[in-house]
Amino acid sequence: MRYLQIAPLVLVLLGFFVLPIALIVIVSFWDYTAYSLVPDFIWLNYEELFTSKVTYTIYLKTFKFVLLTWFFTLVIGFTVAYFLAFHVRTLKWQMALFLLATIPFLTSNIIRMIAWIPVLGRNGLVNQGLQSSGLTSEPITWLLYSDFSVVLAFVHLYTLFMVVPIFNNMMRIDRSYIEAAYDAGATGWQTLWRVVVPLCKPGIAIGSIFVITLVMGDFVTVQTMSGGQSASVGVAMNNKRALLQYPAAAADAVILLIVVLIIVALLMRVVNLRKAL
Amino acid sequence: MQKVSTRERGYWPLLCFFVLFILFLYGPMFAIFTLSFQGPQGGLTFPMNGVSLHWFADLFQTQRVGDFKTSFLRSITLAFLVMIITVVISLLAGLAFRRGFKGDGVVFYMTIASLIVPSILLTLGIGLSFDQLGYEAMWYTSGLGAHLSWTLPFGLLIMFAVFNRFNKSYEEAARDMGATPFQVVKMVIIPIIAPSLVGVGLFGFTLSFDEFARSLLAMGVKNSLPLELFGMTTTVTTPTLYALGTLITVVSFVVIGISFLVIHILQRRRLRRQTGV
Repeated sequence: MRYLQIAPLVLVLLGFFVLPIALIVIVSFWDYTAYSLVPDFIWLNYEELFTSKVTYTIYLKTFKFVLLTWFFTLVIGFTVAYFLAFHVRTLKWQMALFLLATIPFLTSNIIRMIAWIPVLGRNGLVNQGLQSSGLTSEPITWLLYSDFSVVLAFVHLYTLFMVVPIFNNMMRIDRSYIEAAYDAGATGWQTLWRVVVPLCKPGIAIGSIFVITLVMGDFVTVQTMSGGQSASVGVAMNNKRALLQYPAAAADAVILLIVVLIIVALLMRVVNLRKAL
Repeated sequence: MQKVSTRERGYWPLLCFFVLFILFLYGPMFAIFTLSFQGPQGGLTFPMNGVSLHWFADLFQTQRVGDFKTSFLRSITLAFLVMIITVVISLLAGLAFRRGFKGDGVVFYMTIASLIVPSILLTLGIGLSFDQLGYEAMWYTSGLGAHLSWTLPFGLLIMFAVFNRFNKSYEEAARDMGATPFQVVKMVIIPIIAPSLVGVGLFGFTLSFDEFARSLLAMGVKNSLPLELFGMTTTVTTPTLYALGTLITVVSFVVIGISFLVIHILQRRRLRRQTGV
């Protein structure tokens, strides 16, 4: 009975997760011509990847995006969750404000990216404001289609992934710990830093897994928000795919997968995912 | 009393932070909603040059902005399919995980892996596997699978959160009174978790309706709406782009609204039954 119940999930995952990934690993060892794939077993795709300087600059760039996004989403997400969990008094308001903060997650990412164009563009709201207030005479051009706008969009899109697990975590903290800290004479900051933050480690780890993996594998946000001027691992892979260099793209994919798995494995040491929900 | 005053000291700055966060989340979206009502002579940025429905009409009338109507219907249909399949499979899998089975750890981590695997990698793999197996990629086969690889993990995570908080004495009582396992599921468990199942359905629908990254190489020749929209971001330089964005977001909000309404009704009905009024 239990096996019948789990079978549909397993079948879907086998067909649309395990098989595709396995095939990518296989194809990464294939050869290719301008028009077709040639089944083979060669290391050439990996050799080309590791001997190319571009690979390293692209990975560095991607790590830069990851680090900046992770930092900002963590600080913002933690603060928002902390406000909701400890400063909003009634459960009704907590839920209402929590929903207000999470609903944008259920709308289109692409639209949320496009939405920055009239705000940050050359004639956008920010530049109009700056110029009319006399702070600048020329429009600032690095606001849109730059690394700045890429990170801004990431933070805009993914902070929710920090808010939700950290808030969930905070709601399960026994309030008597906090009372005890105050009673023992701890200041607000000390309580936050020595009691709340350590107890929130699982939530922070889950949020970090989401944010880091989403940014590591992203290509849409980087391509759209940098206006094609910046590259990430995902963008590079997509470019090779567009040139029909599937084996080369597959080798890229395998290395990316390994990097992501290492990061996730490290974060998993902090949290027992099944119990933390 | 000391305690209350220290908490309240942090309250106002945190409230300001939260309000700013909400503005950050919704502000840019309101900018494009406003701009989609630009007058016929208006451009992509403020100021508004009159107010009209010109760009919405443009969206429905001409084919020059892409095949919007059929991709819209296709995306809605696909989202419905994904929603129903996600609810059914997540519920069955959730029931299986509750009682545990051989290899449940493997299936759990496989599901999580399906969630965090970079989308570009998965879409490449699905495209490749259909290609190599000699099947044509279609939105209702490969596209459906690609979306399920994204919605099922969310569905399962929600089921975990639900069943971790589920009071087992209800079903024990039912069993004591002679209910069969099927009756327990149908008459006790499903009615109790019905609001959460609506939540799973909401996730399934909206995540599918807005999915882009995993669809890229999995949809075949017929585009889903987000793919069409992404194409427009580089080719369309009129507020038509914003009009489409507004329309898609309205659909998302209608679906979210309906879900909340259904959840509210379910909870009220349960409350009425419990209190016997």
